[in-house]
Amino acid sequence: MNSTTVRKAMFGFYTVIFFTYLFGPLLVMGISAFNTPSYPTAWPFEAFTLKWFADLATDADMMYGLKTSIIIGLGVVALSVPVGLAAAIVMTQVYHRARSIYYLIVVSPVLTPGVILGISTVIFWKDLTTVSGASWLFNGVFLAILGQSTFVSAYCMLVFTSRLQRFDRAQEEAALDLGATYPQVFRHVLLPFLAPAIASSAVLAFLSSFENYNTTTFAILADKTLVTVLAGRVRQGTTPSLSALAVIIVAITLAGAIAYELLRRREERRAAAEKLAAEQTRDTPMPTSLAA
Amino acid sequence: MIEITAKGLILAAPFVVILGFWALALRERRLSGHPGERGFFARNGIVISTYLLVAVGFWALLLIVLPQIYMIDFSFHPKLLPREVGGPKDVYTLENYRYFLYGSTTSTENWNTTHIKAFWTTIVASIAVTFLNFCLCYPLAFYMAQSARPAQLRLVLLMLITPFWVNEILRAFAFRVLLSSGGVVNTSLMALGLTSEPIDFLGNDVGLYAGLSYAYLLMMMFPLYNAIESLDHNQIEAARDLGAPWWHIHAFVVMPHAKPGIASGCTMVFMLSAGALAAPMVLGGPRSLWFTPIVFDRFYQAFNWPQGSAYAIILLLSCIAFVLAVMRIFKVSLGEITR
Repeated sequence: MNSTTVRKAMFGFYTVIFFTYLFGPLLVMGISAFNTPSYPTAWPFEAFTLKWFADLATDADMMYGLKTSIIIGLGVVALSVPVGLAAAIVMTQVYHRARSIYYLIVVSPVLTPGVILGISTVIFWKDLTTVSGASWLFNGVFLAILGQSTFVSAYCMLVFTSRLQRFDRAQEEAALDLGATYPQVFRHVLLPFLAPAIASSAVLAFLSSFENYNTTTFAILADKTLVTVLAGRVRQGTTPSLSALAVIIVAITLAGAIAYELLRRREERRAAAEKLAAEQTRDTPMPTSLAA
Repeated sequence: MIEITAKGLILAAPFVVILGFWALALRERRLSGHPGERGFFARNGIVISTYLLVAVGFWALLLIVLPQIYMIDFSFHPKLLPREVGGPKDVYTLENYRYFLYGSTTSTENWNTTHIKAFWTTIVASIAVTFLNFCLCYPLAFYMAQSARPAQLRLVLLMLITPFWVNEILRAFAFRVLLSSGGVVNTSLMALGLTSEPIDFLGNDVGLYAGLSYAYLLMMMFPLYNAIESLDHNQIEAARDLGAPWWHIHAFVVMPHAKPGIASGCTMVFMLSAGALAAPMVLGGPRSLWFTPIVFDRFYQAFNWPQGSAYAIILLLSCIAFVLAVMRIFKVSLGEITR
């Protein structure tokens, strides 16, 4: 046995360990959702049951939380996607020192711990809504939308930025030369070009909002989302119906994630085709994404 | 009166900054020597310009900058009843920070050992988790970046991404199911005869560290992968041809090249672990104290929001200090870290 075989065997062993670590916990949790013991365990597997799923449907808190989560998710999409788009477009139009300061400000929410974003949102908007006389706005759903949008907008912006890097300014110039007005160029040239990025950033925004805990738990005040209900339950104790819920959530998020991946892949393929078609790319140097 | 001016100043400050930006932009444009270049409004048209300015202004000012400044201001105030705001009791004070150090808003006799210890545990454990994740991710990242075939690479990437779409709480919960006294790990260990009693993984924080490292694995993997991927494979071949042993290649060829990626991964993992809330709440044993749940309790158990803000700022500052330290140690710039 020479040293290459030894190294290959070691690497194989490491890979097995790594992926066991990655999937093992989720697998065990998944199996425990279908197992009969009232304490969630995967082994020994006593009998197959769907009882824990049936328990869930009658859980009013969870259903309420699910509804709030969906409302907040849609709100975050409605706010973050346009903001992210605007921020990415502005990024292409500021230069030099202004760009680095601007970039620092708009990327900072990605690097700030989520709890801090939640706390600062609640404190600031509590006073702002009171002072401006709109205290009816000081509610959990509205604040959660704002707090989550703070960093979700940055994710969206990064998605748009990487798409815009491949935009050929000559297209815009051509449309202008042919007599189009600026709003027309935006509507008929830029937006169609960005359409795939709009779709994928909307999916990304909804998923990030739906599964967020750190920011939401502060911003939601006395209200509750599915994830905060879940957190409360998990802290109280473990029952297999939590595993059952996990299986459902995992199924939903995986469906969303796969949709997102497919959208992204399609976009990448299209981008590769475009790149072949137009070989003279004049890109401006631009910081690229770190997240997602 | 002082109160109103202070808050007014906070609200006015960003607008001053924007004016500064404007002046800077005008100056840069004059200096750049392209006076014919169109301005912002001429370039985008009125409607689009308004949309861009309103959207970005709302986000940058009302969601990012002002809340942070406001939180800093808030942390220097005592806890007040709503009717006392703006009254004689509404003064600037250090008592919230004093409470963190001494456990009392007035006396400085005893150290607040619980909170300080929790703070240090959080920082040290986060650094340990960061290091652990680096060791776990490096070999696979190197394999993905330098040796994997495209089809293998796609499969590995998909396998890596999939678990991370699962909610953070559920991932922590999965570890709890796995490591609890009746869980798979303990029953297997006992069946194998390695231990006669179930091991209390959750009580001695093994569960917490494993859960944290698991939660942020991807944040280390991708920066590392991106950085190593840009290394020309010929350099490795050259080093090998010149007789370098494999660990030499990693220590003196691959790692120096991947430095920005390493720095970026370390920063992300540290920040996320130090600010983690779900994993410590779900996996923390009865004796373990993580800093973020303490911040949470300041808010929603003690209902002392100014104190909670002060604690949040302490956390934020230590995160910033860590980033600066990483930048200094790895000699990289912020632009390289956030790339």
